[in-house]
Amino acid sequence: MKRPDGRKIDETRELEAKVGIFSKADGSAMFRIGKTTAIAGVYGPTNMYPRWLEDPEKAVLKCYYDMYSFSVPERKRPGPDRRSIELSRVIKYALMPAIVLKEYPRSAIKVFVSITQADAGTRCACISAAAMALADAGIVMKDMVSSVAAGLVNGEPVVDLSKEEEDIEGTTDIPIAYMPRLQKITLLQLDGKINPKHFREAIKLGIEGCKKIYDVQKRALKEKYATDSIGIDGE
Amino acid sequence: MGNLLVEEKKIVIPGEEIADGMDFLPSVGTFREGEKIFANRLGVVSVYNRVIKVIPLAGKYRPVQGDIVIGMIMDVGFSGWSVNIGSENTVNLPVGEAVRERVEMLKSDLSKFFDIGDIIVTKILNVTKSRIIQLTMRDFGLKKMRGGRMIKISPNKVPRLIGKNGSMVGMIKDATKCEIAVGQNGYIWVDGPVEQQIKVEEVIKMIEEKAHTSGLTDKVKEMLEKGVQT
Repeated sequence: MKRPDGRKIDETRELEAKVGIFSKADGSAMFRIGKTTAIAGVYGPTNMYPRWLEDPEKAVLKCYYDMYSFSVPERKRPGPDRRSIELSRVIKYALMPAIVLKEYPRSAIKVFVSITQADAGTRCACISAAAMALADAGIVMKDMVSSVAAGLVNGEPVVDLSKEEEDIEGTTDIPIAYMPRLQKITLLQLDGKINPKHFREAIKLGIEGCKKIYDVQKRALKEKYATDSIGIDGE
Repeated sequence: MGNLLVEEKKIVIPGEEIADGMDFLPSVGTFREGEKIFANRLGVVSVYNRVIKVIPLAGKYRPVQGDIVIGMIMDVGFSGWSVNIGSENTVNLPVGEAVRERVEMLKSDLSKFFDIGDIIVTKILNVTKSRIIQLTMRDFGLKKMRGGRMIKISPNKVPRLIGKNGSMVGMIKDATKCEIAVGQNGYIWVDGPVEQQIKVEEVIKMIEEKAHTSGLTDKVKEMLEKGVQT
């Protein structure tokens, strides 16, 4: 089968990752998959406000997802809407299992993710970017989180759907977030119809895609400090 | 016999496997799962005997008992102050640990001792298991700083700024005739002639930027000499 952009079924779009793009935030990262570009900034751990929401046992994770007005062909009305509130929550619960929140009692960790360019798979790009930004902020984590969408296009399981594929009649979209070391899925959504056999195949493809993204994240994180490896402890 | 999978002084990311085998011991920045040891933060691997630790490259200051830190008063309460020492939460400094005389707390205004925005040199008395931090000012040299300015750098770069037995910071002090107090939390207080304060700030920012390079002392010396001439 040929996909609209000529990719193989297990091939993701072009990947690019960069860490430390903002100097004022505690941690930041950019993640690009094809035309979808996500930027993430992390603040914290800091004091939790309002004070009565703080947890004496662990940190509170807050996520804010936003799409820029110019990220889509037709101008999006700026500000939070139903969709972005839902995605903020989805991203929060996808990242939570990887972060050791017990390290930071009575604190808040704030994650801000923005989409500068949207071409399907924005929530997945956001999760990948946010995980890098969290690591860049020096937050204690059990594992990284990598994320990609899988799905069913023209009756065939594929990985990393583009907007073009998503718009085909009868397409199923399955966003997956995955912790590569623990081999655990932290996000699994399903939009459309799929039979169990295809579902298993799609998940397998998605996990393979996540592993590729993990390698890109790892390289980006190490690149930022490439010259720092000497004399950190010494003198 | 276990084996080390990552060389020393290499950068690891959270969740990356460092060693395999029960004869290695996980220390700060690492954890054990099964027989393997993993990093739990972004940092540099350091192996001492068979103890593995990860020195963080980023992140906020983690208070340790006995550290001398510089803090800024954020709030004045009825029985103490909230102090920002660059850690995750603002920290409480009770009256009893800060003022020698007896204070009628209900009657007096604590801002006559320390007010919002004041800079203090203080010591970490204790860090509890649930990460409640206690501060004290009952020790030699712990006081409120008057005038001057505060510079913030990453707490991971403080050892480089101080140098061996304070050689680096001593050099800056001698060359610029400024008073400098360096806290373990990366907050630095500087006082002296204004031009010299700016000079010190420039030098400190340079040290922070180039902390990982060798021959830093020479670079600082050169920079200081240039400043004296102009």
